[in-house]
Amino acid sequence: MSLSQLSAYQIAQQVQSKKASCREVVDDFLGRIEAVEERVKAFVTVTGDEARRRADMLDRRLASGEDIGALGGVPIAVKDALCTRGVKTTCSSKMLENFVPPYDAHVVERLAVDGAITVGKANMDEFAMGSSTENSAFFPTRNPWDLERVPGGSSGGSTAAVAALEAPLALGSDTGGSIRQPAAYCGCVGLKPTYGLVSRYGLIAFASSLDQIGPIANDVRDCALLLQSIAGHDRRDTTSINRSLPKYLDALTGNIRGLKVGVPQEFFAQGVQGYVSDAVHKAIDKMAELGAEVVEVSMPSTEYALATYYIIAPSEASSNLARYDGVQYGLRVHEMGDDIVQMYSKTRVKGFGHEVQHRIMIGTHALSSGFYDAYYLKAQKVRTLIRRDFEAAFQKCDVLATPTAPTVAFKLGENANDPFAMKLADVCTIPVNMAGLPAISLPCGFHEKMPIGLQLIGNLLDESTLLRAAHAYEQATDWHTQRAVL
Amino acid sequence: MRLTSEEVDHIALLSRLDLSPAERERAATELSQILDHFEQLKQLDTADVPPTEHVLPVVNVLRADESRPGLPREGVLQNAPEHAGGMFQVPRVVEAE
Repeated sequence: MSLSQLSAYQIAQQVQSKKASCREVVDDFLGRIEAVEERVKAFVTVTGDEARRRADMLDRRLASGEDIGALGGVPIAVKDALCTRGVKTTCSSKMLENFVPPYDAHVVERLAVDGAITVGKANMDEFAMGSSTENSAFFPTRNPWDLERVPGGSSGGSTAAVAALEAPLALGSDTGGSIRQPAAYCGCVGLKPTYGLVSRYGLIAFASSLDQIGPIANDVRDCALLLQSIAGHDRRDTTSINRSLPKYLDALTGNIRGLKVGVPQEFFAQGVQGYVSDAVHKAIDKMAELGAEVVEVSMPSTEYALATYYIIAPSEASSNLARYDGVQYGLRVHEMGDDIVQMYSKTRVKGFGHEVQHRIMIGTHALSSGFYDAYYLKAQKVRTLIRRDFEAAFQKCDVLATPTAPTVAFKLGENANDPFAMKLADVCTIPVNMAGLPAISLPCGFHEKMPIGLQLIGNLLDESTLLRAAHAYEQATDWHTQRAVL
Repeated sequence: MRLTSEEVDHIALLSRLDLSPAERERAATELSQILDHFEQLKQLDTADVPPTEHVLPVVNVLRADESRPGLPREGVLQNAPEHAGGMFQVPRVVEAE
């Protein structure tokens, strides 16, 4: 059996018990990348040489009796929105096509401490804006289950890499569903942690009050393993939460007897297809069989989440992306005689793709003089209503169960001329970011041979219960053992 | 309601985007559509609802006012499109008298 068939947890065990060397593991995954990458196109940059060097260094440390960490020897794909020192970090944008960060993101530092080996920088929708990875300025990524379909987005490269066994683990970021929706489309497990659990230092910012970095894997245990590595306080992110962390692997008891699972009807409306609804309801029945108690909850503000998101996220983006002006880094377009405003404006129109420009203009308008109260302030008030719905729901239950996305993965180009259909792909995931809650997507069935995602939403900082519920369901089914054939 | 071409020009200027006439036309259509979609929020009475400032009950995060090492200058300048004398170089901003 090839090492690339193993889970991250199993690989770390093999390495620790010296049944496989880090170099063997890395060579195996780089071979897999070599074999399938031309079809999947998950990576903007493959860092093969660095990965081999690092594997050899870890093997030497292991040979001298050192503990190389909980992820020792485990390959990982890192979304190209995360800064990696000395390795090009593009955010899949022409603006940052040649940007080489002089520092590592906090999560990248954490991975290094725990012995993980980065094998490449994963493709994404430009500046994380999109739901299909078709907005990458370089090329679209393909869904390993069907190369004619999108992997979802914006962390589509990360999830496709994991689904195609090019890496057992990946890091993504999630602003409105960008980890969970592609995880659902690719049959992976993806977790968006509580806002503040994982430091955003070194994550290229999209919408700062919504962005969170999180793990992507092929099963819940691997997700918990990676979460343990990246979670925790960092003074360089002032929204980082400073408190002691539970041991997430210890939460995976397999026991959900008495767990209260809330089912909000509002999440089964707004374009959710019958086959998705059926699969999710079957998953809820399975959890009831395992001893969980199912309760109906109502969340009436849910239908306003999409409009609220499309005010708040672009507003914050318009502010965050103001830094791309051709001065300190990135592209500069400057013609003879241009003044500085012309330089800014030519640089930005050339460096940003259409979707990014569109969202910058929405946000700029929503924040501009005379419109702030009607748009941004109003949206932040509606956001409070959405949060209150969740607070009321969690009075009655421990986790919520919903679809992750209304459909299975769509075909490339299918939604290109229907931006609203594209945005609807995030209708079940967006409310969670509004409230800062943790949520996980895991496979719960297939339609036309494409994976369907179950979303479980937890209470603030209660990743343990969320992982316990997801793991118990996963272990009672075999969806997670099925792999795309490439 | 469709944005006027003056409104689109104003938004493009504030956004620092040098749009072509065709791109301005497209922006007018697409921005108008999404602004119409935002009208839905007017259905909700939020007169007594406080805006969300943060999803967790956090207070100001302060740290000791101590100097710490930052990035070395060459690291900071390595990605600059143009630099000179250890500084970022930009077009003239202030006109000479």
